[in-house]
Amino acid sequence: MRLFADTWRYLTDAASWTGSGGILARLVEQLLLTVTALGLAMAIALPLALWLGHLGRGGFLAINISNVGRAVPTFALLALLVTLDWPGSQTFGPYGRAGLATLIALALFALPPLVTQSYVAMREVPPDAREAADGMGMSGSQKFWRVELPLALPLVMSGIRLALVQVWATATIAALVAGPGLGRIITEGFANDRYSQGIGAAIVVALVALVLELAAAAVQRAVDPMRGAGQGRPGTAGGAGEETESQDPATTSAAASRLP
Amino acid sequence: MAQAADDGPSCYSRFVNEWFCLDYVRDRQDEIVDATVEHLLITVSAVLLGLLIAFPLALLARRVTRLESGVVGFSTGLYTIPSLALFPILVPFTGLSALTVVIGLALYCLTILVRALLDGLRAVPDDVRESATGMGYGPTRLLLRVELPLALPVVMGGLRVATVSTVALTTVGTLVSYGGLGDLINHGRQYDFRAELLTAAVLCVVLAVLLDVVIVLTQRVLTPWTRQGAGA
Repeated sequence: MRLFADTWRYLTDAASWTGSGGILARLVEQLLLTVTALGLAMAIALPLALWLGHLGRGGFLAINISNVGRAVPTFALLALLVTLDWPGSQTFGPYGRAGLATLIALALFALPPLVTQSYVAMREVPPDAREAADGMGMSGSQKFWRVELPLALPLVMSGIRLALVQVWATATIAALVAGPGLGRIITEGFANDRYSQGIGAAIVVALVALVLELAAAAVQRAVDPMRGAGQGRPGTAGGAGEETESQDPATTSAAASRLP
Repeated sequence: MAQAADDGPSCYSRFVNEWFCLDYVRDRQDEIVDATVEHLLITVSAVLLGLLIAFPLALLARRVTRLESGVVGFSTGLYTIPSLALFPILVPFTGLSALTVVIGLALYCLTILVRALLDGLRAVPDDVRESATGMGYGPTRLLLRVELPLALPVVMGGLRVATVSTVALTTVGTLVSYGGLGDLINHGRQYDFRAELLTAAVLCVVLAVLLDVVIVLTQRVLTPWTRQGAGA
């Protein structure tokens, strides 16, 4: 019980939040890392996976490559990158010590879920919608932008959402190579027998993960083209958010109207 | 390779530090094998423990529909606890042992396994369930003889993802000195020993791919009907 009280005291003490190694500075560092890494991964994965999905070819290969990617431990990748002459462990702008190595490792980590989910999203577009587009004389790019992409968007978004939360949670591992982010506060706490600090920082990580998840779920609902149309969607978006949808009273009606 | 004939290791020493080094693998064979075996044991125990916990949870969520979002939310919430904190938090209870890592990793597996079990059981067609009930199957026999076999393809899919990510996450166990190959990776990084670092990293990937293949083959044996016709 004392641990809880100590953790509370640590989290409510202004001194733990401020300063160069404080929670706030590390939080901003980790958010910056997460957003940049996810942006990089999206810039690579989305065009590739969506294009392959549009062609309907090469998906097997893409998904298998990204499955092998999942098997590469982020810690191993991080250790490799830090040991290499480049990027090494030098400070990289606002991303902190070993910032570039962490960015690359996290971006690579985010690729597999993005590639797999986006490709699957494109293949889940109903064939009759595609045929209708062909019948209307749409060109390949018209079909892609006006039919396939809007219909695939909810599933693509759920992949991005999954990647966002995973990248955020994984970013703490950077502390294992003395890198940036909240992980540093956690390891410092446990290494110095200040359990309240380790647990407190872990709580901050978990809470921010929750906030990111809810924010991404809100964006996902906003881009759903079937929102409000009295029709079921092809393939509901990944399960992670279904329970959060019903918690929000404002969206329950939107969810209900989606039922046939 | 010509220099390799000289005495002593050729590609690692105080002055040479190469990434690929077969001499290292030969000289430290015992250490590498030990770490690989530890890695394998931790991963397999964690996934099995996760499956053991996930199974009753999934059955409970299915029986009591009101609990479903709670169970799924709980197992998803576990995933947001950073592994960096979870292992040290467990140490006062389990000590600096492999058990700490196994429990932590099993908890992370829950997210994937509970959902896979629920999805798998949900995918069983209602008319199959009704026919079995009509044939006099009780709830237990229905579950074991009809529902679980039919849920197997989806469950095995979840098991594959859980196993591959657990192999990767086991490396973080080095935080409490039980990380299998992660210990070698950490040592290699700390002392800038490139051959050790790269060998351990490659072995991690090989281990993950091998376990994945084993699961796929097991699934083929267990679900012979998916091979005929359209498949699952």
